[in-house]
Amino acid sequence: MQDYSFDKTHIIDIPIEKAMTTENLQVFYGDNHAMHDASLQFSRYRITALIGASGSGKSTYLRCLNRMNDRIATVKGKIMYRDMDINSPKINVYEVRKHISMVFQRPNPFAKSIRENITFALKRNGIKDKTELEERVESSLKAAALWDEVKDELDKSALALSGGQAQRLCIARCVAMKPDILLLDEPASALDPISTAKIEETLQQLRKNYSIIIVTHNMQQASRIADYTAFFHMGHVLEYDRTEKIFTNPQIKATEDYISGNFG
Amino acid sequence: MDEIKQELQSSSRATHQDYFGKALSYLCITFVGLLVLSILYFITTRGLATFTENHVSLWKFLIEKNWNPGVLDSHGQPQIGALPMIVTSFSVTVLSALVATPFALGVALFMTEIAPKRGTKVLQPVIELLVGIPSVVYGFIGLSVIVPLIRHTFGGTGFGILAGVVVLFVMVLPTITSLSIDSIKAVPMYYRSASLALGATRWQTIYKVVLRAATPGIMTAIIFGMARAFGEALAVQMVIGNAVLMPHGLLTPSSTLTSQLTTGIGNTTMGTLPNNALWSLALILLLMSLVFNILVRFIGKRGSLKK
Amino acid sequence: MNSKTTNNIATGIIYVLVAAVVGILIFLLGYILITGLPHVSWHFLTSAAQSFRAGGGIRDQLFNSLYLLVLTLIISFPIALGSGIYLSEYAPNNWLTGLIRTAIEVLSSLPSVVIGLFGYLLFVIQFRMGFSILAGAIALTFFNLPLLTRSVEESLEDVSDLQREAGLSLGLSHWKTITGIVLPAAVPGILTGIILSAGRVFGEAAALIYTAGQSAPIVNYSNWNPMSTTSFLNPMRPAETLAVHIWKVNTEGVTPDALSISSGTSAVLIIVILLFNLSARLLGNWMYKKMTATK
Repeated sequence: MQDYSFDKTHIIDIPIEKAMTTENLQVFYGDNHAMHDASLQFSRYRITALIGASGSGKSTYLRCLNRMNDRIATVKGKIMYRDMDINSPKINVYEVRKHISMVFQRPNPFAKSIRENITFALKRNGIKDKTELEERVESSLKAAALWDEVKDELDKSALALSGGQAQRLCIARCVAMKPDILLLDEPASALDPISTAKIEETLQQLRKNYSIIIVTHNMQQASRIADYTAFFHMGHVLEYDRTEKIFTNPQIKATEDYISGNFG
Repeated sequence: MDEIKQELQSSSRATHQDYFGKALSYLCITFVGLLVLSILYFITTRGLATFTENHVSLWKFLIEKNWNPGVLDSHGQPQIGALPMIVTSFSVTVLSALVATPFALGVALFMTEIAPKRGTKVLQPVIELLVGIPSVVYGFIGLSVIVPLIRHTFGGTGFGILAGVVVLFVMVLPTITSLSIDSIKAVPMYYRSASLALGATRWQTIYKVVLRAATPGIMTAIIFGMARAFGEALAVQMVIGNAVLMPHGLLTPSSTLTSQLTTGIGNTTMGTLPNNALWSLALILLLMSLVFNILVRFIGKRGSLKK
Repeated sequence: MNSKTTNNIATGIIYVLVAAVVGILIFLLGYILITGLPHVSWHFLTSAAQSFRAGGGIRDQLFNSLYLLVLTLIISFPIALGSGIYLSEYAPNNWLTGLIRTAIEVLSSLPSVVIGLFGYLLFVIQFRMGFSILAGAIALTFFNLPLLTRSVEESLEDVSDLQREAGLSLGLSHWKTITGIVLPAAVPGILTGIILSAGRVFGEAAALIYTAGQSAPIVNYSNWNPMSTTSFLNPMRPAETLAVHIWKVNTEGVTPDALSISSGTSAVLIIVILLFNLSARLLGNWMYKKMTATK
């Protein structure tokens, strides 16, 4: 891998309604400066993909967006959501995560039944009405394209699901909270191609009602599903544009080399 | 819109739950910390009373051989020489650890190097059962089997250090074994493959490579075993004979720190010299327990530096 | 001698050592059960102990042991749970945490007789509780806390961090994530830890002889009022347990049939502890299956 300049970047502003933005976001793990000045705008009701080689900082960046890095890293800069800087210490992180929810790389269903996986957080957030809960279970499982497979065994342990089903359950679990923004951290990297296709289909459906930001190391996946794509390299965002532009006419040498498979 | 803004900027049930939970768990851990501190404080102050209130010389306490706290000697000094008990305690501890170590290593090597699958299946429950047997039961078997056996074989009463060692040997065996297993298992596999690939036999590999690499861990295991033996009270008390005399060999009745404590505390009055002297014995036990802890730490540090 | 012969001799010695250890265990269990079981009868389990006559039973000691065990677990489990949660979930990586861990290690390596004497000094004498079940239960709590805390901590740490992230990312508080998600997933480990510690507590005697005392006064098993002095539930009465009973009849030597009483009591003690160990294993496996497989 050759050294690329971090000075030359190509980052567009989003002309339409924005879901959230970051301004000069920096992340430190102790003395290690893991993320430098990331300023990105995310569009509402669109899918944005974050691509880059492993260690490029894309997952680190994503985890900042709903403050999941709080306990392990120092995050500086602004994360603007609904005209508020949610990176401020005054912000109630638990409320933030209700609006900006995250699906992780490895499926992590709770050791509870499928139904309880979805209702557990809802109940803790004060939804007690049985019919309302049932309705949320059904609608979220439908939204995650899992309903037809599990509707007869909602009381089965979620740990008995296959990897792909478990990941869709995790998406359903987030959707049931009715968040604004869905963050997905390489949601298909641990899955087989068929499950991956199902997840992608699900995301296309969800796009109608949610703003989605997805980290992926699979460039085909990014080009298939994303409206916008950001390219991360060694803790810097080098390029951000509409997906077709990134993949057909990249402006930065590093992006071009990465998408043509020269490193990564 | 504003409602959400409001929510994001104010505390919620979740934040209160967090304060509550944190407070609760901090409370528990503080309790445990204070408990340890107060044990150290109370035993220490009581144990020092012999020297501060009764003005017994610490030196005499440690090297005199006569233990008779109720009686004054010709110089008008109370006779509280703890040496016989200290010597006996150390004798049973060291001897039982010495006897137990080869057995423990044999079992540990069998379970890790010779027959890992079958060995673990059979011997793991054996170790757990040996741990599970209560110390009074060990003491009872010592009293009804070991003591008569010694009496018939060697003569005398049968009570004494030898009987104590036999009982303690079985009691420290599981401790030394299970910790040795952990340290042998921690030796990386490639050490063994490298040695075997060079044409070494299994025993050469075990002796020259595995045991060498696991030595700090095995030392730790032995010290933990010794700590258990040193602090064991009732099983020893039942077979040692409980005569506060300087031991003249393995077969004469004698008394350890713990056995003297269990026998004596109920027969003395709080605050009197004979009672204070017993608390001084308890203090020695406490200090030795700390010493064992420090030794383990020291070995752990030295062992990890070598890697 | 060539290396091959050495190898064979060494392997042979290891086999002999292993056989010896297995033989010791078989002898111990065999001796206790063969000499003890003939003395265990319904009469033995249900009649009161005798000091100077033969034919006494262990009714009160058996009940005291169980009662003391239950009280000890009631006191020690919540504290161990809170401490275990602190160590596994909240403890920052600093000198204070290191100090606390050291303190717990020190507590776990203290001889039980020292813990018993501390209980005697503070509760029996200072707080004027006298020899009582409560003082005994507190001493046993001190004896039990470090191990139970560690088993709670280890069970919690065995739960994958992915589970914590899942809870937090849904907007649950850290505390709710611990109690609602991590703790239920750790229940099999924690239960196994409790049962194993129960076995230890059940057989402990050194911490009890100067706290719960060495006498078993006659109590009335139909008096359910814990405040009444004759009630079997009264926590302020002295209570000799099975383990203490074995020690006492052997050291005092006034009971004519001390030998048969001790072997019978030992057999009962061992059987109960074996049951604890066995049920810990079975329950752990069963809960694990139940949680991972289909219902």
